[in-house]
Amino acid sequence: MPLGPEALQAVWLTLQLATLTTLVLLLIATPLAWWLSQTESWWKGPVGAFVTLPLVLPPSVLGFYLLVAMGPAGPLGQFTQAMGWGLLSFTFTGLVIGSVVFSMPFAVQPLQHAFESMGRRPMEVAATLRASPLDAFFTVALPQARTGLLTAAILSFAHTVGEFGVVLMIGGNIPGKTRVVSTQIYGHVEAMEYAQAHWLAGGMVLFSFVVLLCLALLKNRGSRVLP
Amino acid sequence: MKNSEVVVKRFLLSLAACLTVAVSAHAGEVSVAVAANFTAPMQKIARLFEQDTGHKATLAFGSTGRFYAQIKNGAPFDLLLSADDETPAKLAKEGLAVDASRFTYAIGKLALWSKQPGLVDAQGQVLKSGTFDKIAVADPKLAPYGAAAVEVMTQLGVLNTLRPKFVQGENIAQTHQFVATQNAQLGFVALSQVMAEGRLVEGSVWAVPATLYSPLRQDAVLLSKGQGNTAAAALLQYLKGDKARAVIRGYGYEH
Repeated sequence: MPLGPEALQAVWLTLQLATLTTLVLLLIATPLAWWLSQTESWWKGPVGAFVTLPLVLPPSVLGFYLLVAMGPAGPLGQFTQAMGWGLLSFTFTGLVIGSVVFSMPFAVQPLQHAFESMGRRPMEVAATLRASPLDAFFTVALPQARTGLLTAAILSFAHTVGEFGVVLMIGGNIPGKTRVVSTQIYGHVEAMEYAQAHWLAGGMVLFSFVVLLCLALLKNRGSRVLP
Repeated sequence: MKNSEVVVKRFLLSLAACLTVAVSAHAGEVSVAVAANFTAPMQKIARLFEQDTGHKATLAFGSTGRFYAQIKNGAPFDLLLSADDETPAKLAKEGLAVDASRFTYAIGKLALWSKQPGLVDAQGQVLKSGTFDKIAVADPKLAPYGAAAVEVMTQLGVLNTLRPKFVQGENIAQTHQFVATQNAQLGFVALSQVMAEGRLVEGSVWAVPATLYSPLRQDAVLLSKGQGNTAAAALLQYLKGDKARAVIRGYGYEH
């Protein structure tokens, strides 16, 4: 067996983290992307820029500020302590929160794009047919944006799997709790265990290739289906 | 005609030779890979070295394991200041470093540190009382200071009770960060990280007695890439000198 129990544990944890992060992201990003696509408010610019920030910031910057924010003196840390939840750093929940922040633009942007390219017409038609805005959103907008939704889900999942800097900074490298594939690979390289590193790293390359291939196929199919 | 040509040629040659010597003697540059725990003292030593010799030292900080991988793959470092004595020996054996140049530049001291004043007592009893949630330890597989910390906890018979409270930094710098941001109440760090000019900078500390762990010998070595670099040779020499020793001791290392 080329992958030991520790590596398999890291793979399993990574899949759990990526799944949960994707679900949370879709719940948050869908209304956010919808609002960004529809609003003419002055806030659209700043909010859009804020959501895109993780795309350009180095993960170490994000990870460091998350670590400080989650600490006992940080705003998040003070909140969680006041609620009696303790500190989020070095916990799986902390990793999920970090990953949601980190992967946010990868969920919001495809969705926003899908909603925008839909135009206003379908929603107006739905309104004249006396559909409530909420009803119209679920029966008209979401189905129309399904390719964007799928792209957002795939990208969020893949990006969380590949995440490294944030996990390194706030994770604490605890086996079975916060040690994911990317940090496991890093540890193997630093410990000069190159054979194990190759198995995991090669797996990541293969996984990423498959994801990108799926996205490309999806895009082709999407453009054939849509008029 | 012929004679003057020779004279000119000689003049040009000696000019070139002078320039080469001048360049290597005054504007030399050395690129150094430095173990993370030696960051602060090395920055200070590099400044003094530049003032005293005119050579410039470019420093890269990180974990010894990563430097090893990078050096094996052609990283352009002239010197390695390792966190252990095994990596320089290994590099020398593999023909990537000059064996004769190896020497111990510092002996590291382990410290149990908290940013909170009064949390860590002078005998390290806090480890037995366990009145904390998280204890930061450098990954014992990667960092010599982490391995030393595990040794100490084994000696004190608290390893198994404390293990569930471990959070692991990838190197000693990250471990320090966990404690400095108070995400972990206390942790095993290098004494050099919490001391400056011979004093504890903040919080509370237990300087772990050297009898509880094997010595953290930190060796320096000239890498093959740095052979013939006068600035590299000068820096190795400088590290053995009184000024550097004083700085190193001020950060709590033995020399």
